[in-house]
Amino acid sequence: MPHLAVNNLRAKYGALEVLKGVSFSIEKGQVVALVGPSGSGKSTVLRTLVGLTPVTGGNVTIHDDKIDYASSGSLRRARDQMAIVFQQYNLFQNMRIIDNVTVAPVKIKKRPKDEARADAERLLAMVGLADKLNAFPDQLSGGQQQRVAIARALALHPEILLLDEVTSALDPELVNEVLDSIRQLAKDGMTMILVSHEMAFVREVADKVVFMDGGSVVEEGLPEVLFDAPKTDRAREFFGKILRH
Amino acid sequence: MNYNFQYGVVWDNFGALMEGAWLTFQLGVFAFAGGILIGLLCASIKTYGPWPLRLLVDTYVVFITNTPALIQIYFLYFGLPELGVRWSNEACVLIGLVLNAGAYLTMILRAGFLSVRKNELEAGLTLGFSVVQQIRYIIVPHIAKAVYPALANFFIVVLVMGTSVGALIGVDELTGQAINLSSINYRWLEYFSVVAVIYVVLTFVASVGLALLGRWAFRVRVRIF
Amino acid sequence: MERILEQIPRFFTADNMALLLQSAGLTLAMTVAGCVIGFGLAFVLVYLRQTPGRWALPLRVICVAYVEVFRRIPFIVVIYLVLFFIQTVASNASLFTIAVISICIYAIAYTAEIIRGGLESVPLTQMEAARAMNFGRLRTLVTITLPQAWPVILPPAIAFAVSFIKDTALVSQIGVFELTFRGKELNNQGYSGILVFGTIAMCYFLMSFPLSMLGQYLEKRLATPRSEQSARKIRRT
Repeated sequence: MPHLAVNNLRAKYGALEVLKGVSFSIEKGQVVALVGPSGSGKSTVLRTLVGLTPVTGGNVTIHDDKIDYASSGSLRRARDQMAIVFQQYNLFQNMRIIDNVTVAPVKIKKRPKDEARADAERLLAMVGLADKLNAFPDQLSGGQQQRVAIARALALHPEILLLDEVTSALDPELVNEVLDSIRQLAKDGMTMILVSHEMAFVREVADKVVFMDGGSVVEEGLPEVLFDAPKTDRAREFFGKILRH
Repeated sequence: MNYNFQYGVVWDNFGALMEGAWLTFQLGVFAFAGGILIGLLCASIKTYGPWPLRLLVDTYVVFITNTPALIQIYFLYFGLPELGVRWSNEACVLIGLVLNAGAYLTMILRAGFLSVRKNELEAGLTLGFSVVQQIRYIIVPHIAKAVYPALANFFIVVLVMGTSVGALIGVDELTGQAINLSSINYRWLEYFSVVAVIYVVLTFVASVGLALLGRWAFRVRVRIF
Repeated sequence: MERILEQIPRFFTADNMALLLQSAGLTLAMTVAGCVIGFGLAFVLVYLRQTPGRWALPLRVICVAYVEVFRRIPFIVVIYLVLFFIQTVASNASLFTIAVISICIYAIAYTAEIIRGGLESVPLTQMEAARAMNFGRLRTLVTITLPQAWPVILPPAIAFAVSFIKDTALVSQIGVFELTFRGKELNNQGYSGILVFGTIAMCYFLMSFPLSMLGQYLEKRLATPRSEQSARKIRRT
């Protein structure tokens, strides 16, 4: 039984169908990477999983338990199990770093304040930001903000972590510090679905790569297989272009 | 609440209310037009004039915008006769509203003047426009576009808040008519609710008209709501 | 002209000035009470207006209509409607209460638009991040959106309240002893209109001008991003 399974998922932005039946699954402790050209619907998959983009068809199951996105209770349970990190970090601009990380555990998960704080300090130390607890987001660099965002997501103790192009808004020299944090998580056995353009990184950490184009999955498989010997023309064309650079 | 609404008497006098609405509309238009003239003059002085005149304009704007229009009109109506200047109540309201609107319009137009950026003028010069051509084809359209939404909005303010002040010195515009008529037969709630609806319709028609005018004359989008 | 000069010593007596001060206080009290309560209720209106779902459509329409209608009715008409409505429902309500309710009704319509604009100035992604972490609508508003919207909401809201000090002159019509009413009273007692309304105008000016300056100062302060604020603090020490 897969940890999470996406079956024939469909979603619309207004009249435009951005997901035309997407299916894939992820086992516990696996890292799955969604790759593909921009506009292929990768990010929409993640947004749909946490209920930010409405589902118009298909379904998602966690441990064989179907998520009903129309029911607030079911959606709340799903959001309890998944945490998302956004491309633009989306840290709460009005809160200090430490509060960004503790606000949801304390106010939503009702965990004791000092316990949440100790946890947050541990996580911020893990991403190398132990000295920034009292800074505000706009006082940090993009890479630092993104590492806070990762700590904030981990503080929710999610079963599955969703990473949406977490390095594409960063300056090149800041990319590595964020990738290091993710590498560490993969080593620790975190279940992750990540959308990324960093092909070398995907190849290194992903257990499975799902190649999407035009709102559907074109091909999926092990990174080595997909990168070096894709079966479909579309994938061959895409990876050929990317890897030549 | 056991109040019996009786609208019959209001319909009997609906014609008088419409006369009031017509006067409201006229007062609004004339006050606004007069205010625009003062506003253009004062905004030009603020932008290009010598400092004593600028100071004068500043004083005018600061005093008018920080005191109630009603007091300004009372000053004209109750105060000026002591100096031998006697105007009718309509004249006092209109002159008071023109002076009042002039100050606010000075601020609005001044902001528009300031929004013309230097590089646009330089672009005009390099294209070989004469000064008149520059004003005609670059400056005026630019300012019109920049200030039109604020002007349209302010017209509604004059039409509603401004003109109704006249009722307090006995001008028979829409609110004044409502006060006159309802003090005859005490159907206050009926009269004033109908008058409220007339104001909403009147300003709504004005808003739509201004939006269409803006789109046609200056290619500006003005929100009606 | 001589009449005015001759009246000056009789007009500027301690008694008259005390009356004016008292009336100015009433003007301010009405404005503050009406605008503060109205501001609070405007939040409720905006919150209701943002209720999602098809079943809430009538609610949203009512909220939009309220704002649109009351921005198109003169304040004096609102005052009369409130006065006669309240008198048919509760005949013992004080004129002050009626004035405050009228100001409130008006302030809700105007500040609701200010609040909505402020809330919409906060990037949608902030709310999305909160929703993804299971924040409810109200909690998102209180802990995430509002703290970021204050700098956009407060300056125009204060400007509205300050400018409404002047509009309260209209409640003199129903007999509240505020500044304008006092002015008419003194004028009726035979004091020169120029003297009386000049002085009353000065009183309004002395309330309105400093407060609007304060509002502008606040606007500049609030508009400074936090990073620059802290930088300034460091430089100062």
